[in-house]
Amino acid sequence: MTPSQQGAAFLTLLIKECLRFLRIWVQTVLPAAVTMSLYFLIFGGLIGSQLADIHGLRYMDYIVPGVILMAVINNSYANVVSSFFSAKFQRHVEEMLVSPMPDWLIVAGYTAGGMARGLVVGVAVTAVAAWFTDLRVHSWPVVIAVGLLTTMLFALGGFINALFARSFDDISIIPTFVLTPLTYLGGVFYSIDMLPGFWQQASRLNPVLYMVSAFRYGMHGVADVPLAVSFALIAGFVVVLFAAAVWLLRRGVGVRG
Amino acid sequence: MTTPALEIEHLTKTYRNGVRALRGVDLRVEEGEFFALLGPNGAGKSTTIGIICSLVRKSGGRVAVFGHDIDHEMEAAKSCIGLVPQEFNFNQFEPVEEIVINQAGYYGISRRRARPRAEACLRQLGLWDRRRVMARELSGGQKRRLMIARALVHEPRMLILDEPTAGVDIEVRRSMWAFLRETNARGTTIILTTHYLEEAEALCRRVAIIDHGRTIENSAMRDLLMQLHMETFILNTREALAEVPAVEGYTLRRVDEHTLEADVERDRSVNGLFEQLSRQGVHVLSMRNKSNRLEELFLRRVGRAGA
Repeated sequence: MTPSQQGAAFLTLLIKECLRFLRIWVQTVLPAAVTMSLYFLIFGGLIGSQLADIHGLRYMDYIVPGVILMAVINNSYANVVSSFFSAKFQRHVEEMLVSPMPDWLIVAGYTAGGMARGLVVGVAVTAVAAWFTDLRVHSWPVVIAVGLLTTMLFALGGFINALFARSFDDISIIPTFVLTPLTYLGGVFYSIDMLPGFWQQASRLNPVLYMVSAFRYGMHGVADVPLAVSFALIAGFVVVLFAAAVWLLRRGVGVRG
Repeated sequence: MTTPALEIEHLTKTYRNGVRALRGVDLRVEEGEFFALLGPNGAGKSTTIGIICSLVRKSGGRVAVFGHDIDHEMEAAKSCIGLVPQEFNFNQFEPVEEIVINQAGYYGISRRRARPRAEACLRQLGLWDRRRVMARELSGGQKRRLMIARALVHEPRMLILDEPTAGVDIEVRRSMWAFLRETNARGTTIILTTHYLEEAEALCRRVAIIDHGRTIENSAMRDLLMQLHMETFILNTREALAEVPAVEGYTLRRVDEHTLEADVERDRSVNGLFEQLSRQGVHVLSMRNKSNRLEELFLRRVGRAGA
């Protein structure tokens, strides 16, 4: 395929994926906005008003970046894992496999679709957050870069999960037993400075911590870990997962006989 | 010598569970042919097609599509192929037109160029009025036609159809035959697998038979049918027959008082049979083949290979 043909194929995948989640926005976009508004109301408003400031920020302001990022992570992952597994389940993944699209392009197209949903949900949750607090942005470039890289990383994770999945149970195991604990323990609702020494160090093994920290820096200018470390780690994970996804697809794992 | 549309040499496939689906398939399909790929269930037809289209990884052998070896030029090979698989494999929750446009996109055709192509394909297959409905709402025959439209939207040089008329009624089947003949006449090479052997006989000029993962026949349809030494006809007579008329050179059996079964050797004319019957005051009102000729040959060849 020529570069322009690859561009057309990429756009096809992106548009198809966007139409898919927008067609069922009540299932894909609305729930995140509703759930996160409850987080803001209960944790930020009711409980948070009783808590002391963290890093000089009101508790509500402190959790906003993490809660937005939590919705972004869940939705970018969920979009790809459900869409690609559904394509496997209904066998319309074969439409792509018989075409001349290179494997990296299929991975890129689905990842872009996951990123699109993550970002749409992120914007929706940010709009909800604006009802509860005065939103401030310390650095737009950091906010945008962390948002894009995080959606990319978890969309790739969702793609790999879908490749290995053999049943609908398999696409809920990772989000339930890995993603949710990592997100909740990733410094969304607290600063790791509040943890005892051992748990502070243990938290540093959690990749979500670096994303939340960098995103919080983008919004408030405060971070648990240095920004450069966060970016290096997120980018490193993106490269590794992209390479793994392409390699697995080329090997035909889960899709070719 | 021209480059064949499809060339397969000693293709083998052993699945991870140890099943040897292909033990050495050899095929050569020339450009522009209407080719039948036949074989009993589990013979290896779908595995062969899967390998050609890269849905299945081969264990050994060589496959080239219009000269593009799939080991080295997979993208170029795939660009030449349109596949109509045996089972419905489109997104049931997508509108018909979107399915066809997306397929064009996967071959690098922009949406602006894909729309008129999709319209042309859907119109040709009588689905244009159904373009906005979800695919799951189509009837069985319409779903089959949708898969053909989808396979043709990037204008492939070779169309592979795996049981395309399975489960469709006779009217739809006949209209699909006419459409496939037109497609072939426009220069598209067609490879067809089917369980309806009358379909293969009616459409295809060449035929290959695969059994137990090997090619056991690969010849022109006419040459294959020439191998039949005898054909059996059913004759309906105007006169009621109490016993079998005696005719020289033909073997007759009485089925009921108005029906005879006649074995006719390939080098004998049926006119001789009619003349002898007519002389005895027996008039034939109608005549038909007892069984499909290809079916008879197929059973013989497969039976022999399996023995």
